[in-house]
Amino acid sequence: MSTNSRRKMVEAKEIIKVYGSFRALDRVSLDVYDGEKVVIIGPSGSGKSTLLRSINRLEEIDRGTIVVDGMDLYDPKTDITKVREEVGMVFQSFNLFPHKTVLENLTLAQIVVRKRSKQEAEEKAMALLERVGLAAKAKSYPGKLSGGQQQRVAIARSLAMDPKLMLFDEPTSALDPEMIGEVLDVMKDLAKDGMTMAVVTHEMGFAREVADRVIFMDAGRIVEEGTPEHFFTAPTHERAKLFLSQIL
Amino acid sequence: MSTEAKKQIIDVGDGAAIPRKSDRGLFTAWRIAFFGAIGTIAYLVWSRPDPYLNILKFVPDGIAVTFQVTLGAILLAIVIGLITGLGRISKNRFFNGVASLYVEVIRGIPLLVQIFYIYYALGTIVKVPAILSAIIAMAVCYGAYMGEVVRAGIESIAKGQREAALSLGMNGRQTMIHVILPQAVKVILPPVGNEFIALLKDSSLVSIIAVADLLRRGREYASESFTYFETYTVIALIYLIITLFFSKIIGVMEERVSVNK
Repeated sequence: MSTNSRRKMVEAKEIIKVYGSFRALDRVSLDVYDGEKVVIIGPSGSGKSTLLRSINRLEEIDRGTIVVDGMDLYDPKTDITKVREEVGMVFQSFNLFPHKTVLENLTLAQIVVRKRSKQEAEEKAMALLERVGLAAKAKSYPGKLSGGQQQRVAIARSLAMDPKLMLFDEPTSALDPEMIGEVLDVMKDLAKDGMTMAVVTHEMGFAREVADRVIFMDAGRIVEEGTPEHFFTAPTHERAKLFLSQIL
Repeated sequence: MSTEAKKQIIDVGDGAAIPRKSDRGLFTAWRIAFFGAIGTIAYLVWSRPDPYLNILKFVPDGIAVTFQVTLGAILLAIVIGLITGLGRISKNRFFNGVASLYVEVIRGIPLLVQIFYIYYALGTIVKVPAILSAIIAMAVCYGAYMGEVVRAGIESIAKGQREAALSLGMNGRQTMIHVILPQAVKVILPPVGNEFIALLKDSSLVSIIAVADLLRRGREYASESFTYFETYTVIALIYLIITLFFSKIIGVMEERVSVNK
């Protein structure tokens, strides 16, 4: 594979995450290369969100190692906020700050974390809002926006930090069907720009079109991994075949 | 998963019923009670100036003291409550332990006992004016309750808010200051208003340690003039008017905050 020569953005080795007696992640290893788009799919409860959330340590793992952009997440010397500055995350439930305007949602972390001036942060924010087609909503509060608009703002908010890697945790699952397209369009645009992305989703069309690699998880393990062509046309694992027959 | 729209209401029911526009019955009851109390006092003073007018002239400095104690104590209690609430949710074991212990101990001792205790305990170390000792006692007690209000308010903010802030590279402190607390304040405000009214009423307890508050002034007048029934009637009505007045103001403030949202 040509990707092997590229730099690894994420290097997760043998990670285990346990909830009580339930193994949410069972010796999972995953590498994401610079510029690569990895789409993680699988039935609910298969551990795909847990895997994604462990990459910026919103979820603490019990065993194994995770290195992101050269920083070991569990090295006591690593400042986790430094890792998170480089890793954007988009949530299923948007999680915009309801007490701040759209513009303030985009400038807050730029000012507080990146120490940019207010003016610089606002220019950056407006450019990004323009990009996701929501410049006109800069002064609105998130509560006044539709779900699709909120999610586009959330993506812009993450991009404002100039991340090297973007994590998407079921970004369209909470949306009404007619709004899914507008969010996926923004994500496709981002992919075209060369952003490194790890996406948990049920949108098979998106996976087919955008993914360099598809990962299928079941019961806390990666059971199938390969190019979209391979995965959607000739899956080898029984569980993957069953899943595809149910979803397609 | 989490719906932001679901607004959590913390009900700490030891203050007064706060009239909201949606609650028609209570709204009407508030009017009858408030204007009825004012009318009753006015009628009593008009019909029997002696003793009622004399009582009314005697107690105003008591009202001022009651306000001083209430205001001083609530401000101090909010500060204590904020620190305690943050302590209660802290992962730091020491900070959490101290805050939890404080809440447990204080909530298990009657306020009246605390007022006596702090007055005499403080008195053996330093000489402080009774009113200051009263303010401290009330604040220490209400700070514990306020701590629980603050804790509940912070915990009511959806987990996703914290995760979003952290994922943007904010540290715990920045997340608390810029994201969690500004939202928690809106949730906390109604119960804090409730605590304020509860404290206002409980401030009458400080009359036992020689603080010349409204109740104390009433007792002084009554014992000199032997007009116990008349005096306590007026005292009760004044408390009622003050309490209802503030519950109304808090109700209006609450509506303002929810409109802004």
